[in-house]
Amino acid sequence: MVNNMADPAVLRAAGLRKEYGRGEGLVRAVDGVDLEVDPGETVAVMGPSGCGKSTLLHLLGGLDRPSAGQLWLAGRRIDQIGEKALAQIRRHAVGFVFQAFHLMEELTAAENVELPALLAGRSPRAARRRAVELLDQVGLADRAQFLPPALSGGQRQRVAIARALSNQPTVVLADEPTGNLDSAATLDVLRLLETLHQTGQTLVIVTHDARIAATADRLITMRDGGFTDQTRLTGGTTGHLSALAGLDD
Amino acid sequence: MRQEVVLAMLAKEPAHGYQLRARLRAALGPLGAALNAGHVYVTLTRLERAGLVACQRAAGVADRPERKVYELTPAGQQRVAQWLTEVGWPKPDLAFHLKLIAAAAAGLADPLTIVDTQRRELLRRLREAQRAAMAEPDGSDAALLLEGIVLRLQADLRWLEACEQNWTGPGSRW
Repeated sequence: MVNNMADPAVLRAAGLRKEYGRGEGLVRAVDGVDLEVDPGETVAVMGPSGCGKSTLLHLLGGLDRPSAGQLWLAGRRIDQIGEKALAQIRRHAVGFVFQAFHLMEELTAAENVELPALLAGRSPRAARRRAVELLDQVGLADRAQFLPPALSGGQRQRVAIARALSNQPTVVLADEPTGNLDSAATLDVLRLLETLHQTGQTLVIVTHDARIAATADRLITMRDGGFTDQTRLTGGTTGHLSALAGLDD
Repeated sequence: MRQEVVLAMLAKEPAHGYQLRARLRAALGPLGAALNAGHVYVTLTRLERAGLVACQRAAGVADRPERKVYELTPAGQQRVAQWLTEVGWPKPDLAFHLKLIAAAAAGLADPLTIVDTQRRELLRRLREAQRAAMAEPDGSDAALLLEGIVLRLQADLRWLEACEQNWTGPGSRW
């Protein structure tokens, strides 16, 4: 089936599975996941360590191949396409943010941010202009010429987020984006993710951090490779801020 | 409303009821929005009856009726001083803990489902508190209060994680 622009979902997975090992040692890291992510939606995936949430994120972004199931990204079926085509889609449609930042230490912040644009074939001038714009957007215009080791953890993660946005990806996939950050830096990243959300960026965030999860439109709870709970965090019991605390005895 | 709160807000200087309410609102930010005037006046009346607050009538101005000015009596001052030295501790949620145990023991519900439901509700509240905190100017009294609520909710969510582990697989005892 050709599934093209008719598909409103940015990401769609059906019966997605990832297995490691065989026989007695067979592990189903992702075990029959169905998922749809709408444009502009922020989805958080939470679950205990080893529940398969990071593996799922890698599958969704084409960093890893599923053992079974079907996967569409931006309307294109990607579970069976060739390595080269997959790399191409990954480069243009997906922005990744990792717990450990994964910045190139010998490149400046600006050079890190422009790298994906250069790899995607943009002119150096256009890539640089975009990098400057993005660093400004994440509040680091004055750190453009700094090397990552000269930046704080929070600043490095903001550079990494800017880099993820370099090619105006269809979806940003973040794996524990605040896992290495203290509480003040977490707040900076939190504000940034909220801003991205408001500008309509589609986000899928795997996280342990309740503060990050709480910014999502939808929360998925994962256990043993499968979804055990899906819930909308928007709507419901909002507007009762005063119910959060009382002056009564 | 806790009488001591109203009493303590009067410690700085005598005030009209509406001034008192404004002080509370400034300190509480969006959380004080639900605070109605009736609450404050009822509490003031009780405090007056208890001899902790004295009330004087200020002369009314042209188009405004006379207003009462409240101030602490010596007994009221003593009560405030004592209240400030008292140690308070929010009580842990025994009911939720017992709910999980009862549900599992009677086989009425899966404790993990109850944990998920509770988590959902806490995350909704966290979302709301966090948004409200981000909307407050940095360093305001209300921002600090909201930060406290965010931290409490995070602690509650961590406890839920512990509950989840306890009721999953070999750890569950029923």
